[in-house]
Amino acid sequence: MKKILTILVLSFFVFANSFAGSDGELNLSKKSKSVKDCFEPINRITFSVNMGLDKVIFKPVAKGYRVLPSPVRAGVSNVLDNLTTLVTIPNNVLQGELGKAGVNTGRFAINTTIGVLGIFDVAEAIGFPEYEKEDYGQTLGTYGIGPGCYLVLPVIGPSTVRDTAGSFINIMGGDPWYNASVNGNNEYLSDSSYAASRVMSGIDFRAKNIDSFENLEKNSMDFYASVKSLYLQDRQMKISNTKAVIETMDDSDWEEIETN
Amino acid sequence: MKKIFAFFLFTLIFFTNSNTSFSIEPDVFIQSTVNRAANTLSGDFSKDERIEKLKQIAKETVDITGIGYYSLGSHRKSLSKEQLSTYKKAFEEYFLKSFSSRLAEYSNPEIKVISKNKLNKNYTIILSKLVATDSRPEVKIEWRVYTKNPENLLIRDLIIEGLSLARTQKEEFSSIINSNDGKIEALLKNLSDFSAK
Repeated sequence: MKKILTILVLSFFVFANSFAGSDGELNLSKKSKSVKDCFEPINRITFSVNMGLDKVIFKPVAKGYRVLPSPVRAGVSNVLDNLTTLVTIPNNVLQGELGKAGVNTGRFAINTTIGVLGIFDVAEAIGFPEYEKEDYGQTLGTYGIGPGCYLVLPVIGPSTVRDTAGSFINIMGGDPWYNASVNGNNEYLSDSSYAASRVMSGIDFRAKNIDSFENLEKNSMDFYASVKSLYLQDRQMKISNTKAVIETMDDSDWEEIETN
Repeated sequence: MKKIFAFFLFTLIFFTNSNTSFSIEPDVFIQSTVNRAANTLSGDFSKDERIEKLKQIAKETVDITGIGYYSLGSHRKSLSKEQLSTYKKAFEEYFLKSFSSRLAEYSNPEIKVISKNKLNKNYTIILSKLVATDSRPEVKIEWRVYTKNPENLLIRDLIIEGLSLARTQKEEFSSIINSNDGKIEALLKNLSDFSAK
């Protein structure tokens, strides 16, 4: 019953979004459309609460984590990246990138075995291409489903309706690591293994971005708007599956400006 | 007569060459700009001296007015000449403070230019990387260089790991204006408050 309800909610999100974010034009076009901030007052409150939590909990923990020797942090980061490969592979397939799915399957097999549960990124060392994460939100985006409204989730942070719906797919069977740890019937893994990996991902991300976050906060007049812009640009780039900025940015605003 | 001719020829060659010698390639322009900034950041200067030197580099190499206009987005068209002039001044002060404050935190950054991509006659994107250190991973930085006047190349945007600073600023400004009933005065106040900090 719980699963049926989740599927219904998810379907509603996805289909409502496919109309909300698209007015007949595909979202991957060069001209980026602004994402509506339908819940801005609530989002701003949640953002403030998150910032408070960050100051009291996440930032101090991330600073403490940064004291660990660099090889230890690299090992933790590699293990967490290796776990995300399990979500990336099905998304490669769903996006029709079968070659990448094969490469990532090879990467996961090598790093989990020779790389000792992912601690060492052996695949990269032997010449595998740079790892690019994929998730269900990105896959929905490549199918032309618009982002819908911008959301700030408690603790988790910036998202959109589409990306939040994408995250639900993880816990509905789309993430083999979640299935094995939460639903798996084995003595080695449990709910807490999954929770620990998620918390560690958050700390790892925060630790890697301490300086840039501080710099951004210090130099922003509206920090909420800056974070929102950066999140949406990042998602747009990831969904386009490109690193070339010229493919994700619209030049027309620049073209009108002549100063010399 | 021969001497006069030689002098005339020399003068002609000198001026022809001097004309072209000011025109440099965008990748060379970026590499020399980042080298100047790196020398300032690693040099033996007080914090205030360093900030002043960084501001000078920005004035010479960044199209501050262009970025200011871009950051206003569609609001630019609804401003009076007077408002635009006030904004231009406030933006320049804000930009120089923000720019130097962002950079002053880095010590001895090593940036290497990798490649260039000419978009059209007005723009070239220069790809570079900030070399990794123990405390920081490698960072990809792209520079949008305004090349309309080849003798006066100007930086219009910095795109860090695919995220455009100009676009972020434009969306931030838009948010401030929109949450104050579309009034530019709110943005001007924010800019002057920031500069006065």
